[in-house]
Amino acid sequence: MTEIPFDLIALQVLTGLALGCIYVLVATGLTLIFGLLNIVNFAHGAFYAAGAYLGVFAFTYTGNFWLSLVAVPFGMALIGLPTERFLLRPVYGRDPSYPLLLTFGLGYVIVELIRIAFGTDGIPFNAPAALKGSLFFGDIAFPRYRLFVMAFTAALLAGLWFLIEKTSFGLIIRAGARNPEIVSVLGVDTSRVWMLIFALGTAVAGVAGFLAAPMRGVIPEMGVTVLIEAFVITVVGGMGSLPGAVIAGLSMGVVVSLTSYFAADYSNVVMFAIMAAVLLVRPQGLLGRPEFAR
Amino acid sequence: MLKVDKLNAWYGRSHVVQDVSFEVAPSEIVTLLGRNGAGKSTTIRSIMGLVAKRTGSVIFGTGEVLAAPSWKRFEAGLAYVPEHRSIVPGLTVLENLRLGLIASPLKRNEHAIIDEIAETFPRLKQRLSQEAVTLSGGEQQMLAIARAVASKPAMILLDEPSEGIMPVLVDEMFEYFDRLRGQGTTILLIEQNVEIALRISDRAYILDQGAIVHQGSARDLLADREIQERYCSV
Ligand SMILES: Nc1ncnc2c1ncn2[C@@H]1O[C@H](COP(=O)(O)OP(=O)(O)OP(=O)(O)O)[C@@H](O)[C@H]1O
Ligand SMILES: [Mg+2]
Repeated sequence: MTEIPFDLIALQVLTGLALGCIYVLVATGLTLIFGLLNIVNFAHGAFYAAGAYLGVFAFTYTGNFWLSLVAVPFGMALIGLPTERFLLRPVYGRDPSYPLLLTFGLGYVIVELIRIAFGTDGIPFNAPAALKGSLFFGDIAFPRYRLFVMAFTAALLAGLWFLIEKTSFGLIIRAGARNPEIVSVLGVDTSRVWMLIFALGTAVAGVAGFLAAPMRGVIPEMGVTVLIEAFVITVVGGMGSLPGAVIAGLSMGVVVSLTSYFAADYSNVVMFAIMAAVLLVRPQGLLGRPEFAR
Repeated sequence: MLKVDKLNAWYGRSHVVQDVSFEVAPSEIVTLLGRNGAGKSTTIRSIMGLVAKRTGSVIFGTGEVLAAPSWKRFEAGLAYVPEHRSIVPGLTVLENLRLGLIASPLKRNEHAIIDEIAETFPRLKQRLSQEAVTLSGGEQQMLAIARAVASKPAMILLDEPSEGIMPVLVDEMFEYFDRLRGQGTTILLIEQNVEIALRISDRAYILDQGAIVHQGSARDLLADREIQERYCSV
């Protein structure tokens, strides 16, 4: 067996973690929306793409990456709010196929709108100058942008954790995920909470798309594969579990990245193989609650 | 305080509550009796806006509330403790209590109110940081009640609070209801435990197959074995 250079493995792991961060962000929104609204959001990949385009669009006007990064979540929330209010709210309590078909259709509409507005070809987008190049640890070079994606994701997740665990709104979220009826009997307008959660999930998906842009390119269909990947991660992590999504997302990122380096032929199937294996042992996913395992 | 007029409710196509009318005056304790499946829970769930298909009129205080979404009743001072455990899993006892104040203007005095509750329910006081689902059944019911009264509602609807709880705790609980009423809180109670409920009640209504079939003062009903046998025995 030939020796595998350590620095290459380290680089692959880092690449995988950065990729995992994107997975985690997409899966976080998906799992939040599922956990509270009981909706599997098939438009989530399109929101991811919309976030990337919104960011690139903002960048071409402002020329400022950071400003664009701030604009994306707000812009995406403005799309998420009416989507929940006018498309999803009317079908709560009906057969699950309603939201499924609605979000599926919405995804197509969004991607088509992107094609009309920005064309069917991809748009090149590079990391901002400040984040170009590499940082050296010893003689291993780590691309700055990937490190930034990791730090930014960590900060965003810390913010989400604080929101959910330490604030009144978070208490409503945690209680509402388990027993929405009690929360509304205790005076909370839960439909407003669901709307905000949907907007939050949409915003995080958009940010993920924009963060991924310099790494994975910007094309109208960019959300398609990421949606499937994020589904796999929510299932592996456990539907509705945020810590589960984080653990599953990061490990999947690393596994996919290592596989694509050492056994490129298998990089597309390794995720599904792992999902199958996890589900055989734990049908509810790593940290899922058993009641979702049906 | 609460005036229910020709209330009807359906689950799918089954017409579970049929033209139910009754009233509860301020500071009264009124009990709704009836055997299993009579429609007692559905009646108060409709009052709370938790049954999708409902018609009729429910006036609480001065306003009509039946059509409003559930959460609006809280503002008006109407609280509800559902049947079975309504404790939120994954939250601690303290978090469950805080949930009771989350939409209340009293939230500013959260600490004082929770201290007050802890004095009233010493069993909860020792377990504030514990996961609420690890409490015993009786303690969980106490917690659900404490959570509902935290915001100092004008009226509270209690669905079988004594269910599955050991007798000592039931006595303690009903003494508490009596005290609560003494402080001016109006109570509508659903109970299988006819005797103990009637003993603290002013009046009672009996529900059978979705309709009110009898009403009277608690004292008369307590003495009327025949009615009790006919409508309330299991
Ligand atoms: N969610 C539901 N869906 C369909 N039918 C229901 C539902 N809940 C109750 N029912 C039916 O409605 C009728 C009235 O039920 P309800 O729970 O109001 O009775 P109850 O008087 O509270 O009985 P119990 O003393 O057993 O609590 C019953 O026949 C019951 O089977
Ligand atoms: Mg009942």
